[in-house]
Amino acid sequence: MATRKESTSTPTAPMASTSPGATLDSPVKQIQIEGLVVLKMIKHYQEEGQGSEVVQGVLLGLVVEDRLEITNCFPFPQHTEDDADFDEVQYQMEMMRSLRHVNIDHLHVGWYQSTYYGSFVSRALLDSQFSYQHAIEESVVLIYDPIKTAQGSLSLKAYRLTPKLMEICKEKDFSAEGLKKAMIGFEHMFEEVPIVIKNSHLINVLMWELEEKSTVADKHELLNLSSSNHLEKSLQLLMDRVDDMSQDIVKYNTYSRNLSKQQQQKHQYTQRRQQENAQRQTRGETPLPEEDVTKMFKPPQPPPRMDTLLIAGQINNYCQNVKEFTSQNLGKLFMAEALQGHNS
Amino acid sequence: MSVYGPVVKIHPVVLASIGDSYERRNEGASRVIGTLLGTIDKHSVEVTNCFSVPHNESEDEVAVDMEFAKNMYELHKRVSPSEVIVGWYATGFEITEHSVLIHEYYSREATNPIHMTMDTALQSGKMNIRAYVSAQMGVPGKTVGVMFTPLSVKYKYYDTERIGVDLLQRTRDAPNTTNGLTSDLCQVGGAAGRVQDMLATVLTYIEDVLSGKQTADNSVGRYLMDLVNKVPKITAEDFETMLNSNINDLLMVTYLSNLTQAQIALNEKIVVL
Repeated sequence: MATRKESTSTPTAPMASTSPGATLDSPVKQIQIEGLVVLKMIKHYQEEGQGSEVVQGVLLGLVVEDRLEITNCFPFPQHTEDDADFDEVQYQMEMMRSLRHVNIDHLHVGWYQSTYYGSFVSRALLDSQFSYQHAIEESVVLIYDPIKTAQGSLSLKAYRLTPKLMEICKEKDFSAEGLKKAMIGFEHMFEEVPIVIKNSHLINVLMWELEEKSTVADKHELLNLSSSNHLEKSLQLLMDRVDDMSQDIVKYNTYSRNLSKQQQQKHQYTQRRQQENAQRQTRGETPLPEEDVTKMFKPPQPPPRMDTLLIAGQINNYCQNVKEFTSQNLGKLFMAEALQGHNS
Repeated sequence: MSVYGPVVKIHPVVLASIGDSYERRNEGASRVIGTLLGTIDKHSVEVTNCFSVPHNESEDEVAVDMEFAKNMYELHKRVSPSEVIVGWYATGFEITEHSVLIHEYYSREATNPIHMTMDTALQSGKMNIRAYVSAQMGVPGKTVGVMFTPLSVKYKYYDTERIGVDLLQRTRDAPNTTNGLTSDLCQVGGAAGRVQDMLATVLTYIEDVLSGKQTADNSVGRYLMDLVNKVPKITAEDFETMLNSNINDLLMVTYLSNLTQAQIALNEKIVVL
């Protein structure tokens, strides 16, 4: 998985300040995407994404009041050979310099990534988004789901890290106590920002022309009744994640059992010590020195909770997708029933 | 000299890109030019990407930043190594003499470059999108001129592009050209609505034919028969069982996913305790 180098270009346009009392509690309330960006992302996945899993790219745009406008994007080459990482930063810099010449907004506002059946909650994504949001406060990550799109409706979601999660990442404190303190649940890791698509008038004219010249869409994929294939794959991924989760839980259980066993041992040891000391005192000998109990029993390592959090978030995402899918299919089945009812 | 079998297939990305770079042109520039990238087939050229190139144009001379063009092409090649330079584009209605010069430059880069024009100023009320190939003309041995022969232009979509474009079409009708993405069940409703519209069109046509307003067309009649026969003839009971088993599957999956979600929420609460 690609971990991206943080962009070193500092944004020159003025940033919108955090509005106090904003309902979303973040500087970005809405994302406005131009049609061009959508088409570019679709094309990038279509052409380069068939073999490997993920395609990534950079979003360019600007911030206007509480909206984040995304006006252009460019794709990132895949990590095929292990070039020096220097390549990435240089590619980005060159691209942005060139785009500046043709008056394209060169302000880095986020990045996009394609996903496979909705699996994108991972450590790499978290790290990348954190470094982006740290450098540029309003940045977002756009997740484009090509398989869902191929089924009939464009699936594009924008996510940001919640401020709580940002703080935790800043302190790099991923231990159990740290997470407990911050009271983060898997639902509060990412926040979704609503997306709006905007086209300029010229593009609108273009759309009218295209509509005239092209044939009627002869694939109404959305009304396709067959669901088992997609459902199977989604459930497969869900099961894998649940397996991971249960492994994690087992680890945690063994840890807590070890901890309690250790506590017991410590308790027994101190008790025995005290008994011996009491005996010795009665016999009149000098009591044994109090040894440091903690040094003898080293406490077991608590398992990292961050992975559990990520897995829980991912499972949640899968479940959401599955539910959306099933609700769509139920609707379609009822329509089919009505159609058949008319016939017979 | 071989001319491509006259088909140029353009993806909507390219057109949107050109429109965007036209809107962002420098002050005083009346048109924008850029390079077209794509793949070449035996009988067609497929244009899948483009980027604009800064240039200066005045009455007597034209200057194109060729370094820039080369650089951009290298960068683009890193992402999609299969794309090659297939030609260049210019906005505006006419082909000027400067175009010939620029075309010469591009013929050094590609074997038989395509020149595409897009009338963004809407001079004729429409955005004419045309493609040309240059052909030599004149008397051999004497001064040779260049003629641009038009090619036919088609639009090609990937499936996902088609769906994306459909979504973008909806911004045409919105007052301030914005549009949100719809949620799951609404989309099914929308698709059903569209099918209903199409059925209504077909029905009005049939009624016209029956009442004699229009002459029946045999091929259309055959299509109609196909359409009616496509609804599968199953006995009511079979259909019931099939429907019920499908619905049961879906309900079970919904139940399971809800259960999983409740489970992980519980797990978290317990750990935090």
